[in-house]
Amino acid sequence: MSEISTGYYADATEVATPLRGRSAIGRGYAFLRRWPILPGIVLALLVISAIFAPWIAPQEPNVQALRDRNAPPVWMDDGERELTQSYLLGADQVGRDVLSRIIYGARISLAVAGVALVSGLVVGVTLGLVAAWYGGVIDEVIARAVDIWHALPFLLVAIVVVTLFGGSLTVLMGVLAMVSWAGFVRNVRADVLTLREREYVLMARVCGASPARVIVRHILPGVVPTIMVIATLAVGGLILTEATLSFLGAGIPAPTPSWGLMVSEGREYLTTAWWSSFFPGLAIFLVVMSLNFMGDWIRDFTDPRLRQQAD
Amino acid sequence: MRRYLIRRLLASVVTIIGATFVVFALSRVAGDPLLLYANPEGYGRTPEQIRALEKHLGLDKPFIVQYLVWVGHMLQGDLGQSLAGERKVSKVILEKVGATTQLAIAGWALATFVGVPIGIISAVYRGTMWDYIGRFVALFGQAIPNFWLGIVMVLLFSVWQEWLPSGLRGEGFDIKFFIMPAIVVGTSSMAGYLRITRSSMLEILDSEFIRLARGKGASATAVIWKHALRNSLIQPITLSTLLLAGLLNGTLVAEAVFAWPGLGRTMLEAVNNNDFPVLTGGVLVFVIIYVVFSLIADLLYIVIDPRIRYT
Repeated sequence: MSEISTGYYADATEVATPLRGRSAIGRGYAFLRRWPILPGIVLALLVISAIFAPWIAPQEPNVQALRDRNAPPVWMDDGERELTQSYLLGADQVGRDVLSRIIYGARISLAVAGVALVSGLVVGVTLGLVAAWYGGVIDEVIARAVDIWHALPFLLVAIVVVTLFGGSLTVLMGVLAMVSWAGFVRNVRADVLTLREREYVLMARVCGASPARVIVRHILPGVVPTIMVIATLAVGGLILTEATLSFLGAGIPAPTPSWGLMVSEGREYLTTAWWSSFFPGLAIFLVVMSLNFMGDWIRDFTDPRLRQQAD
Repeated sequence: MRRYLIRRLLASVVTIIGATFVVFALSRVAGDPLLLYANPEGYGRTPEQIRALEKHLGLDKPFIVQYLVWVGHMLQGDLGQSLAGERKVSKVILEKVGATTQLAIAGWALATFVGVPIGIISAVYRGTMWDYIGRFVALFGQAIPNFWLGIVMVLLFSVWQEWLPSGLRGEGFDIKFFIMPAIVVGTSSMAGYLRITRSSMLEILDSEFIRLARGKGASATAVIWKHALRNSLIQPITLSTLLLAGLLNGTLVAEAVFAWPGLGRTMLEAVNNNDFPVLTGGVLVFVIIYVVFSLIADLLYIVIDPRIRYT
């Protein structure tokens, strides 16, 4: 009973004094959740790797050293094999440095997810605004379109599109933009529906502001927090989807260093060289986890009302 | 009520039509499908023969007519001929859909029977170590790339420890073959269930009628298991459809990682063979599964929660 009641009667005081009366793990978690230091470091590393890849990476990502095929990571090297050089995280099946490829892979991940996000955001937010503002048939048509989109087995459709148009960075960005737009529509629409009834919006309309002006100047700023939260949470999903597509062979063609592709290539050598598929996957995992964590954090930060429901 | 049902059914039909149209359009826009049939690129056939083939396949008709013809055949259960094996698509799909269904059910069961209880525990013991473990599991499950999870498990349990088979489905029904694929399929849905259950349980525990139950002196156990739990399961059940898409994508990935002889793998092969009849047929099956289940979930919502009354 007493044990149950500690959690049971927890209420708003928990938010006010989050660090008291908890286990050590709980305190640590609460602190890290409050101040996202670890995810911040991971994401900073990601951005730095993406921007400064040529300066940071120990080697060129696509230079092969066939003598060093499947060379073990430096700490596992027992010196039995003569290697031309040492590899911090090992080398893959054609002797490319795994670490360097992961660093260059950050570029691909960020570029694809970023472009897809921005284009999806523009389309999704516009449609959400239009649906809520005009309502009626337009609203209904947009709602149906979103439904249809959700019903499509997306991964399969993406694979079909990539096969049809050939795998390239542009195609992949387009395909992923197709995923991201639908997520924005509903939430933006719901926000606009409440905002358009607010007094200041009505005032602006009474004063004779054009619909375009009202939407852009008075409504859009109110939607920005929602957009931000959805966008942060969506980036993780986009990176994950890009990796999955590349893994299934419907992503960026080899030898471009994409994390998903690296996992897929290394998979064949799992028994002899696990590192060439393990580390790229770990990179995806850490980055997506950090992004999701950040998304939750931003949501809590911008809208405390959502805190209880969300986390 | 009846009006709502009719509206909902119509929306489902529109969704199916829209989704199949998108898929059908995709299979036609990317180039002349005739060349796929007259493989390789019409080699060894006279122009007259190709013209005859075009007529035979109905490819000389306008696009919309082709779509309608395809729909007409589909309604009679005829999904056309597979290009690779020259077999009926409906046969190929029927043969494979069983293995995929088993896998999807296994993944769903795992997601439900792990995710929901952890979500409940996490909410009831809010702010304690159990809660942090639960929240970490949720974060973990949503961020981990499922293909990589599969590969790491193969590495651990098939390569390093020979506990589980690394792939295929085995003879008859052998649970050993199901464990790792089911985890790959179910992990992200598990995290989804966990989050939804937790937040809905938290909300309920904070509500008036729970306060009343506590106030009248009901024991903590009765309050949690009788009053709170029943009400907080409404959300996870009705939000199942959101997770269904993840489940379907999961089977695709799991079948690729574990060489599972199901629909997903057949479709990945169809992509490589440019076997569009199989692809469109398979996508149709996935779409119908999705739409039917979201309809069921919406209806369940009405049955379970008497407060909902649609007009």
